[in-house]
This record gives sequence, structure tokens and C-alpha cells, in this order.
Amino acid sequence: MSDSRTSSRPAASLATYGVLYAGAAIVLVPFLWLLCGAFKHNEDFFGSMFLPRGEGLFGIAWGRLTLDNFRALLANSSILRAMLNSVFLSSMTALIATFVCAMGGYALAKLRVRFGPILLAVVLAAVIVPPTLLLAPGYQLLFRLGMLDSFWGLIIPAAAPAFGVYLFRQASLGSIPDELIEAARIDGCGELRIFSAVAVPLLRPMISAFMLITFLGVWNNFINPQIVLQSAEKFPLSVAVAQLKGVYYQDYGLQIAGTLLSVAPVLGLFLLLQRDFVSGLTSGAVKE
Amino acid sequence: MSASPAATRWAPWVLLAPFLLISAIFLVYPIGQSIALSVQQTFGPAHSRFVGAANYRNVVADPLFWQAVRNTLLYTAGSMFVQLPLSLGLALLLDRPGLRGRTVLRTIFFAPVLVGVVFVAMIFGVMFEKRTGLVNQALHSALGWDLDFPWLQRYVVPALIVASLWQYVGFNMVYFLGALQNVRRELIEAATIDGAGAWRRFVHVIVPQIRPVATFIVLLSIVGSFQIFELPYVLLNGTAGPDNRGLTIVMYLYQMGFDQGDLGYASAVGWLLATILIGFTLVQRRFGGELPRRARA
Repeated sequence: MSDSRTSSRPAASLATYGVLYAGAAIVLVPFLWLLCGAFKHNEDFFGSMFLPRGEGLFGIAWGRLTLDNFRALLANSSILRAMLNSVFLSSMTALIATFVCAMGGYALAKLRVRFGPILLAVVLAAVIVPPTLLLAPGYQLLFRLGMLDSFWGLIIPAAAPAFGVYLFRQASLGSIPDELIEAARIDGCGELRIFSAVAVPLLRPMISAFMLITFLGVWNNFINPQIVLQSAEKFPLSVAVAQLKGVYYQDYGLQIAGTLLSVAPVLGLFLLLQRDFVSGLTSGAVKE
Repeated sequence: MSASPAATRWAPWVLLAPFLLISAIFLVYPIGQSIALSVQQTFGPAHSRFVGAANYRNVVADPLFWQAVRNTLLYTAGSMFVQLPLSLGLALLLDRPGLRGRTVLRTIFFAPVLVGVVFVAMIFGVMFEKRTGLVNQALHSALGWDLDFPWLQRYVVPALIVASLWQYVGFNMVYFLGALQNVRRELIEAATIDGAGAWRRFVHVIVPQIRPVATFIVLLSIVGSFQIFELPYVLLNGTAGPDNRGLTIVMYLYQMGFDQGDLGYASAVGWLLATILIGFTLVQRRFGGELPRRARA
């Protein structure tokens, strides 16, 4: 982002700032509300928008805030379990998918592959297959393979996304000079060693971006675990938290605390690594 | 790649093998299988019988399917005509030269994308409550809005549009911003010197240059909106809502395939949906124009 371009146009006006900061404030409201709601008793959802009003500092009844929601969540230990499941599913899928896609994309970009152009066309075609088309046949396939209700039934089908191969092909074309590969070959390097010693270090920005995107995608996915998993002790956070919603009685505090526990780690990860994140999430817009 | 020591013939295949193997089993085979399934009636994953084109005929004859199509189209239109202009507007403002705090603002607008759809549904499920929900309370104190406005009882599709507006406005904005930063400043300045006002500069100078990214964003929103499922499903506690007001095409597919166990019928729905979406994608690829090499933020 370059602020250095010189322009004869006037600097941003007060109205511009007004609109942008007002918009940003509105966007932040649900986050703030989430943070407040997680510490409220259920009955305080009815009397107050954010924090319960009362006699305390700033007119807020600080004493009415509670950790009960978190205690209740952790007491039956299923949320803790779900969090571990989410961590395992997300990081495992991210690791494997990144490995698979980096190898494939590099090979398509830098090695002479027979039928290479046809393979690339297949990859591009695979990108446009809507995932919902695969729900029913994918479920039947997992049933036949005996992979229903198992973590691998979620991880392996998600381990070779076509758009990942495409992203790594683009990254390889852009950041790995042919001369480097040829020099390594002349030095007697094997092809797999060239990939791990020459290509991987140069692909590092895409590797971290893609890992993050995949991690986030699995963490937030609901429909696949909902269909594939049957036993409650295997549920990830997305499914476990959605089940905190009752049909008749709603415990808002519990729901919101569970949601906060699911959202906070991802937001934290993002704030730490946001540079990689944004460029990675939008790199799908890069075509040849 | 014409230099002398060529790669061994098998090396690329070793590198490509995991991708090809997994794709063959979990992508290509299921696609073929879904064609086969779509002409069968199944009872759970294990039992089925051939029914020919009956599934497709029954889908098209089912008024519930058309209600799902109507709801989905309404939601898609809402997302396109509310969300995208807002995203573009924000991007135009953020692109003002000399703007302070651009990175912070961009981060804030982008943050909701990180919240999974399920969790957005959990948050808005409480916020859309009548009387006690934040949405009605805030609108009431700002505009005198009806405190009993029944979002989740009557106005489900508008509720979906509001919730996904919050979630995606910044995501599209980041794309637009990336495109705007590639607009050539000299052209804008030349147009200004020639006496073009802000609107004419926008229509004649900026729009043609961001067109490839813009059509790509429109495609992304259409394809995403058409497949909406998790938001209404969780928002409405696993139901389609009162009078099926929150029924979407994918929710219809889910109910038929997984609640009622007819994977064949669900596959037929899947193919009807996929045909439309692939059609949109091909049209965009044909007419959308090339995206610039660096269209990133």
C-alpha cells in the first residue's frame, strides 16, 4: 500500500473520515457485544444492550458480570474436547493440503509434465465445481470406504483443493527462477531435493498464507463435520457450539460464551499474522 | 525450460501423485457418481433403485423447491445490490490519497470475514430477537424502529442479508481496494484537467479499469450466495423457519438427502444448482476480461 503517490487532489475530507469511522464503529459493535454477552447472566440479556446497568463505575453493574457461562461450558468438558478436535482437524488439514498443493503446483509450473496443459485445464475446471454438488455422493463414498464418523473422512477429502494447486502454480511461476533449478540440477541435486531445498524456501510466503487460509476454512466449516461425524465426542467447535442452541429454552449467555471461545483464537491468529492473511485470501484474484 | 539437464521423467509425477490420487477418489469419482445417483432413488447410503429422470421431474414439480429458489434469488439479489455498492463505496473512500489510519480501518472492516458463518449465525441469532435483540433496540433508539420487528419469524431473507452484509462487506472491499490501487493515476488526472467531474471520472476512467476485478467479485458473490446454507440453518435452529421463509436451495438439498435419506434426489438438486453456477462462471470467464497480474491489496 503506497501512500507516496503524489496527487493534485485534496487530502481526504472530514466527511470521508466521518463515514469511514462510523462504518468501522458499526462493524465493531457485534464484536463488542459478543465480548460483553459472554460475561452476562441470561436474565441480563433482557435489560441491557451491552453491559448491565447499575450503580457501579460508568453506570454499569460490574458486580452482575459473571464467569458462570465459562464454568458451565468447561464443566461438561465437551467444549474443551471440541476445541481440541477443531485444533487437530484444522492444523492437520492445513499441513497436508499445503504440502500436497505446493508439490503439485510447483510441478505444474516448473517441470516438464506430459499432458501438463490438459492437467492445468482440469485443475481450472475443478476450481469451479460447487462444493455442494459433492455433498450427497461424497457422503455415500465415505460410507462405502468406512470413513464416516472419522476425522480422516474430513481431512483427506479436503487435502487436495484444486485452487491451492493453482495458487502454488502461480506463486512458483512468479518467484522461482529457472536458472536456480538448473544450477541445482547441474550440481547433481535430485528433483525432490530441488523441491525441498530450492522451491520451498522461495514459496514460503505462499505456504504460510495458504496454511492460514486452510486452517481458517476448516475451523469455520460446519456442513462437512455436521454430515460426516456422528458421535458427539468427535464434534469440532462449529458443530458443538451450534448445538448450544436449544429448541425451546435459549441460554444466551452460554451460547455467546461458546461463540466467543470459538472466534477469539482465530481473531488472535489473524491479528498476529494479518499481512500473510489478507494477501493470501485475496490472491485468488490473480490470474495470468 | 530448454536447458540441457532435464528433469527425470518420473519426478513431476511423484510430486503430483498425492494431488492426483486424492482428486481422483474424492473429486472426480464423486462427480461421476452424482450423475449416476441423480437417476436413482436411495434409502440411506446403502440402498437404491433406478428411477430415470423422475428425480429431476419431481424436483421441478415441487413447489417447495421453487420457494427455495425464490428465497435464494431474493437473498442473492439483496447481497449484490446492497453489499457490493457499499463495498465499492468504502473502497473508494479508503483509496483517498493521504488518508490516515487506512491500515487500521481496513483491518476492522475485514475482521468479520474471519468469523465463521456458524458463529455469525450464533451472534445474530440473539441480536435479531424481538425486543431484547440489539438490532431492534439500536434501530429503535436511532430511527424509532418497531421493537417487535419479527426478523426471524417473518423477514428471514432480509435478516440473512443484514448478517452477511456485516460478514462480507469488508472482504469485497479489500478486493475493490486492490483494484483501485492499480488504477492509473495519470488517466484520472488527465480527465480532471479535461474538466471531468467526480462522477464522470468514476464512470469513464475508474470503472473500465476495475472491470475485470469487479466482474470477478460479482461472480464470487453470486456463486457464494446461491449456496447459502449454514447461516439460515443455524439461525433457525436447524429448520427452514416459519412457512419455510428461510428455506434455501442447499437447505432443500440437505433436507432431502440427509434428513430424508434420498441421496439420489439430493444429487439431482445438486446438478440443477451446479449447472446454473458453472454457467455463470463460464460467462464470467468468457466476458469478464483479464485480471491484472497484481490485483491484490
